[in-house]
Amino acid sequence: MAQKTHVTTTVNGDGYEFLCEPGQTLVDALRNELQLTGTKEGCSTGDCGACSVILDGDLVCSCLTLAVESDGKSVETIEGMADGETLHPLQRHFLELNGLQCGICTPGILIAARALLQRNPDPTETEIRYWLAGNLCRCTGYDKVVRSVQAAAEEMRRD
Amino acid sequence: MATILEDSGFNPDKVLKIVGGNPVKHDGPDKVTGRAKFGADLLLPGMLFGKILRSPHPHAIVKSIDVSRAEALPGVKAIATRDDFPELPAGSPFGDMTRNVMAREKVHYDGHPVAAVAATSEAVAKRALRLIRVEYETLPHVIDPVAAMRPDAPILHDHLRTKGVDGAEHMPTNVVERLDLAMGDVAQGFAEADVVVEREFDSKPMHQGYIEPQGCVANCNEDDQIELWCCTQGTHVFRDRLAAILKLDAARIRVSQSEMGGGFGGKTGFYGEPVAIVLSRKARRPVKIVLTRNEVFRCTGPVAGTRSRIKMGCTRDGRITAAEAELIFQTGAFTGSMFFNAPQAMFTRYALENIRTTSYEVVSNRPKVNAFRAPCVPQIVFGVEGIVTELAGRIGMDEIDFRLKNAAVEGYRTIYGDTFGPIGFVETLEAAKACDHYNAPVAEGEGRGVAAGFWFNRGGDTTGSLTVAPDGSVTVMLGTSDVAGSRISISMMAAEELGVPIDKVRAILADTSAIGNNRVTAGSRTTFSSGMVIVDSARKAIREMIRRAAKIWGVTEEEVTFEDGQCRPASANVGDFDPLSIAEIAARTSVSHGAISGHSELNVTGAGPGFGVHIVDLKVDRETGRVDITRYTVVEDAGKAIHPLQVEGQYQGGAVQGVGWALNEEYIYTPEGRLDNPSFLDYRMPVASDVPMVDTVIVEVPNPRHPYGLRGVGEVPVVPTLAAIGNAIGNAIGIRPRSLPMSPPKLLALMDAAKPGGA
Amino acid sequence: MEELSYAAPASLADAVAMLADAGSGGRVLAGGTDVLVLLHGEAIAPKLLVDVKRISEMQSISCSDGAYTVGAATAGMRIMDHEGFGAAWPGVVEGVALIGSIQVKGRASMGGNLCNASPAADSVPPLIAAGARANIAGPQGRRSVPVEDIVTGPGKTSLGTGEIVVSFGFPRRPPRSGDCYLRLTPRTEMDIAVVGAAVDLTLDDAGVCSAARVALGAVAPTPLLVSEAADALVGTMVDDAALDRMAAAVRAACNPIDDKRGTIAYRTKTSGVIARRAARTALERARNS
Repeated sequence: MAQKTHVTTTVNGDGYEFLCEPGQTLVDALRNELQLTGTKEGCSTGDCGACSVILDGDLVCSCLTLAVESDGKSVETIEGMADGETLHPLQRHFLELNGLQCGICTPGILIAARALLQRNPDPTETEIRYWLAGNLCRCTGYDKVVRSVQAAAEEMRRD
Repeated sequence: MATILEDSGFNPDKVLKIVGGNPVKHDGPDKVTGRAKFGADLLLPGMLFGKILRSPHPHAIVKSIDVSRAEALPGVKAIATRDDFPELPAGSPFGDMTRNVMAREKVHYDGHPVAAVAATSEAVAKRALRLIRVEYETLPHVIDPVAAMRPDAPILHDHLRTKGVDGAEHMPTNVVERLDLAMGDVAQGFAEADVVVEREFDSKPMHQGYIEPQGCVANCNEDDQIELWCCTQGTHVFRDRLAAILKLDAARIRVSQSEMGGGFGGKTGFYGEPVAIVLSRKARRPVKIVLTRNEVFRCTGPVAGTRSRIKMGCTRDGRITAAEAELIFQTGAFTGSMFFNAPQAMFTRYALENIRTTSYEVVSNRPKVNAFRAPCVPQIVFGVEGIVTELAGRIGMDEIDFRLKNAAVEGYRTIYGDTFGPIGFVETLEAAKACDHYNAPVAEGEGRGVAAGFWFNRGGDTTGSLTVAPDGSVTVMLGTSDVAGSRISISMMAAEELGVPIDKVRAILADTSAIGNNRVTAGSRTTFSSGMVIVDSARKAIREMIRRAAKIWGVTEEEVTFEDGQCRPASANVGDFDPLSIAEIAARTSVSHGAISGHSELNVTGAGPGFGVHIVDLKVDRETGRVDITRYTVVEDAGKAIHPLQVEGQYQGGAVQGVGWALNEEYIYTPEGRLDNPSFLDYRMPVASDVPMVDTVIVEVPNPRHPYGLRGVGEVPVVPTLAAIGNAIGNAIGIRPRSLPMSPPKLLALMDAAKPGGA
Repeated sequence: MEELSYAAPASLADAVAMLADAGSGGRVLAGGTDVLVLLHGEAIAPKLLVDVKRISEMQSISCSDGAYTVGAATAGMRIMDHEGFGAAWPGVVEGVALIGSIQVKGRASMGGNLCNASPAADSVPPLIAAGARANIAGPQGRRSVPVEDIVTGPGKTSLGTGEIVVSFGFPRRPPRSGDCYLRLTPRTEMDIAVVGAAVDLTLDDAGVCSAARVALGAVAPTPLLVSEAADALVGTMVDDAALDRMAAAVRAACNPIDDKRGTIAYRTKTSGVIARRAARTALERARNS
């Protein structure tokens, strides 16, 4: 068996320790070692964005990040997006405007959209579409995804 | 008393309080917080990880499989090969099914499973796969269906004889079936035509493209009872087919559905699930198998590629007089393309009297195809609607007027024998003609395309239950799958019937041991059919509550009515009783007759056909052949939109899937017969920046056979898309493409060939 | 099969030593967006991954007297967010911006994009057009070579064992200069270039092109620097006739393959189109700079 590496990391503000193999991906560790299955794996090649997480402030694919690389870093996943029982405006608008159908791409899209709105509180439709180009959705045709992001952005700018 | 199938109770004048609104779906909050559990999300104590070894060859005899070295690897707990599956006759439906799940005599496509391992970790399982030695005798292969039809083509199945052809009993072949479907007198029809157009078209296989790879956990207990957790469009169909191929009693297998991350038809059949069961039975531990994206592309159901020759004729005043088609469908390595849908649906929406079609289903060395929204129809309608537009242009008629002139109406007898009841094709065309998009000028340098489509919509075996808790809240139990919002829509119908707020209702997806049989969620049947049995169940519960109220008041049942969630005296003459709410009646069940519930199992009929018209504007880069979609509108009859946002989502999602299929998506094979683009990167599904907003117009021509008038909306949205885009490109560049996908190199070649002097 | 191990040294010297020691089993891990796909697809089986992201020199963007140096492991999003660099080298940033999604660019670097040695790498033609040099550290010390000398074939580089591309050095920008990178893909995003073209040019006071470099991607086994195409522009006003000659030189330089991403005919034909469009934008930028 391969030598396992001890990793100490912070996920959604909580400290975690786990052992992983050197080649193990962060998405694998999140899902199987930490049992945080909200982050989804759709392709393992960085082409679908379902595994999107924030790593030390950067939006990344957790399938293209090694678990060992999270050592000493901070990871943000979908499980940490709501503030207790209070949903993030993006989460709420996705629900109200039907920005999700099957829901498998939704965690990744929400994480990516939040990263967009942190950089750019007033994105155009085109900016939203290009920012989310790394997040495949096969159900919605993107229309209601984009509208949900626009509605959340508008509310967040107001507040 | 008439059943709900005989009298749906549809009342167009009923004031609706819940149906037609847009409540948040109850499965939504878990999906936006990461708590919803999909196929790959179940973790069980002691769980093993299964991996499948797959053939690198498109066609080979499997001479031997040596698993001894893999077995010796620490952490390996079970290995499965063909020897672990009961042998069923080759060529029988279940014989094909088991051979697709685990190759037996031969491998028939790149990626065909040959062995599987369950181990304590995925890494160990992968290492074990590398230790399995498979001896193959490679055979010549054939990928293209037309090549597969040639007399000298490599034969996939020695037993195969063409169905529907006399004298074929002794001729090995790759042609599974020839199907002739016709009506009227085509020769006479063409003789009456002033204009006849005949064209050839082709399409490539595409993939359903769901973002969630198939994932499952099988757990066999010590009594050999099997629990299977998986993402499926049909728990009962999975159970019954698993029982057949594993030779087990169905009652030993309990299939539970996870949330499903997209299916679109592709999760109507199983792949890793029976392998996980076999491994779990051997290891006596839970086994999880999650396919990789590479496996999903190489080994799970794509959509049939096609060749077609289509001919249609019309009179100068715009009447289509005859239509004829010869169609070839590649079904992959095993039969099951549902190609028969195409000749039934391709012309159906026009009131044609004279049609002749001949269709062939052909096997070749590719993965077995699976269903996808309106299986086998959109890629054929691509041709039909191209010709319809061309005919309209040839006689100088507005193309929507041309379609209106030929539109089928109630009473038309279809080629498949049904006679249309009330349908909304005319209303859909009129709505398209009236919509903003159709009346806006086409932007400079762009082209606009229009196309129409039809889908039967389906019913079939459906079971559901509804129970009222003592506090008056309501549980709806469904045995169908929720692919994109059926739970909320069906809950809304239950709430409407019972007169309770939507928040008082919750729907669950029951497992196969908890509820009776349900056909797969496919063919746009679920909100319609499960909605029907739940309305039926609610009405049974209401009858029961009326009985209870009558008993409590000491009056006859005829003297009690139910409205707005309350039992009331039918008239002032009955007596002075305060109304009894559902909660009040339910709270007293222990002193009356026990719990209140309703249950219904039906072979649902009365599905109302659906029609859609798509309008698309686009521009084509003359120097590169790239297409940009600039505007898109879907106009479609929903009968009644129970939850309009969900209906719009179906329209928009279908259209964008069609955009991908029309422009870029295709299966590309190497000369060695291996799939060359088994990744999202090279398969090229539309991303958010590839498409504009998709406008929708929901037409509502009620289907009176359903209590709320609804028609299925899952299939129609993709049917006209390819044709609409093809027609738009035709108008933009002056040549209507006939080959799918209409990718940049093909369009550039078309434009070059059309230049004076050719390319 | 040997087991994989992972190291993340903080110094370049340690990284070089580790890689030299690992020989052919060593592999640099920068953003990882190519290496991890290859690793998990079992296309490579390294025994040591050397994560270079802790080496500060490889993660920084600096400017000295107008000449930029960009760390080879600097994530794409950092490069795109650097206003000064973007103003100087918009074409290079265009190349970086096309390396996959926002998520991918959160990790992917120009060094990785170059050393993965794909003929279609989007940041490489603009680096070549810019005249950037790759600063290399290895067991024998440091050296610097033009970027176009790194890739020798699909998946192959001229780097020796233990050598790492540390940073990219850009020349000082003369006045009236502009660059541009464009690629052709079927989709708007998330694709591999079917054709890529970068053009960098400088104008004199009279608006005559005084210097030019034209580089192509995805049309040959390696990214190409096409001097004949540049020659067609130099000494001209970059008018239609010059652009026609440049496009013809571009097409003549193409040596593509037929594959799932494009045909020889299509790539050759469109290479001229894309190069022409890139030259027009580069010209506009030079005029406005």
